[in-house]
Amino acid sequence: MANISHKEVEHVAQLARLDLTEPEKTLFGEQLSQILTFVEQLQEVSTEGIPPTASVADKASVLREDIPGEGLSQEQALSNAPEASDGFFVVPKILGKK
Amino acid sequence: MALFKLTLKELQEKFTSGEVTAGEIARAYLLRVSQVEPKIKAYISVTQKDVLLEKAQGIDDGLKAWRKTEPLMAMPLGIKDNICTKGMRTTCGSRMLDNFVPPYDATVMNKLNAQKPLIIGKTNLDEFAMGSSTEHSAFGPSRNPWNQKHIPGGSSGGSAAAVAAEECVAALGSDTGGSIRQPAACCGVVGFKPTYGRVSRYGLVAFASSLDQIGPITKTVTDAAIMLNALVGYDPLDSTSANRDFPDFTKSAKKKDIKKLTVGVPEEYFAEGLDPEVAEKVQDAIAELEKIGGKIQAVTLPSTARAIATYYLIATAEASSNLARYDGVKYGFRAKECKSLAEMYHSTRSHGFGPEVKRRIMLGTYALSAGYYDAYYAKAQAVRTMIQRDFDEVFKEVDLLVSPVMPTPAFQLGERLEDPLQMYLSDIYTIPASLAGLPAISIPCGLSAKGLPIGLQLMGRPFEETIVLRAAYAYEQATNWRSKRPVIRS
Repeated sequence: MANISHKEVEHVAQLARLDLTEPEKTLFGEQLSQILTFVEQLQEVSTEGIPPTASVADKASVLREDIPGEGLSQEQALSNAPEASDGFFVVPKILGKK
Repeated sequence: MALFKLTLKELQEKFTSGEVTAGEIARAYLLRVSQVEPKIKAYISVTQKDVLLEKAQGIDDGLKAWRKTEPLMAMPLGIKDNICTKGMRTTCGSRMLDNFVPPYDATVMNKLNAQKPLIIGKTNLDEFAMGSSTEHSAFGPSRNPWNQKHIPGGSSGGSAAAVAAEECVAALGSDTGGSIRQPAACCGVVGFKPTYGRVSRYGLVAFASSLDQIGPITKTVTDAAIMLNALVGYDPLDSTSANRDFPDFTKSAKKKDIKKLTVGVPEEYFAEGLDPEVAEKVQDAIAELEKIGGKIQAVTLPSTARAIATYYLIATAEASSNLARYDGVKYGFRAKECKSLAEMYHSTRSHGFGPEVKRRIMLGTYALSAGYYDAYYAKAQAVRTMIQRDFDEVFKEVDLLVSPVMPTPAFQLGERLEDPLQMYLSDIYTIPASLAGLPAISIPCGLSAKGLPIGLQLMGRPFEETIVLRAAYAYEQATNWRSKRPVIRS
């Protein structure tokens, strides 16, 4: 029986860059425990010597000639930016004092 | 007969023969949408009236010079709102992409647009295609045209509801674990998930990349074949796109029998949990398949019971990685007044994503995190191989597999919203074909006592869409469930 602690919920939320409210932490803790208990049935399956399937596609990797093609213009690339200036995406300061 | 009642093939014939113009089609559908959409809520965005009429006018004017039509020319289509449409808002049913206007078209849109269809609008879905009911859309749920208290299914519920309510003649959906087939079953229409790799995923907003596949939702099997012809083909922009020949799929929808085909009935798909009414209709359908010449054979797919657990680990792991891109920097929602970059990431994601998306990101992140990777994600990948091998084995003996699409008819809105695991369990019959990348179709096979549609699933070998279409067409012709249409009450 999986039991995801409050602390584990906080750790996973941090890894996923999510801020959860206290009620969300409690709810997700319960629901994730329930779902993980369900998926733990896979431990009963013997998979010794069975290779993993990451993709069912015909081939694993495709290469192409390194020839530049037509791309988006700078204007198009920035058209959905929450904030842009002088051809750059603008984000909050990451260096120095806040 | 009102234009909106026609199938894609019938409408195509009327347009090609010059009996109706693109302008008449556009006006008929604008009227239909204005009457029905307030009740069904199939669309997130509807193309503006003057824009659509201008497009139709352009087709009618151009026709004299072009002197030929294309199969989808002037055909009114709905597009699931996780497929990028240049210059047209693409929200994925999420607050995160509420204001996102793609600067490029998905490959499927380039292919469709080359034939000059009329795009009626972008259809509703569970946020980022994560759900089985459209209740996880940030814009509210769509309604089942057969009974507005019930879900239309999901995640392509808007597309299925739009086709069933005749707000478009055909639509595009996407299927990761059943998201084309399950809503098609709920709404009494045809939904076809092609083989993984058959249709380019370029421009389909990624949920679980090893499972996602675009396909049509239509009124008939013939219409699905017409749409498939327009969608398939190798695309260098999608590294998983299959570089294979493809036939004219409409030629598969011609014969009224399935002589020489062996149809497998997997016992695991008729076990505990299957609603008796659904079981009965599917058994009737199997009897019908036998009557039209199919050889019926009982088969077993022992790993079926592990499919849901396998799917919910793989799909959420891939989703947690794919959705890491929503950080408020380059497009989409950004939380206001953040003092640091880290705060901006956290706040943007916490406010931009809804509860189901957060739940799945959490589950996927957990399954991939240090100390748990082997026990969860790697284990699920190995079981995926076993599920695939099960299919390889039975397909040595049978040409097709037949099963229900969903354990029950469409449930009521709100019924399973508080219980995510219960919602996941309803995907049991559609998930295995997704994990193995098989082509699979959902076609109507009857109505429940309460008047809700029930779907029949046919699954085939990889890249053998033609066999699936042939059997689906023969069954459809033998039964005529397609003539049943919902009555939309006000």
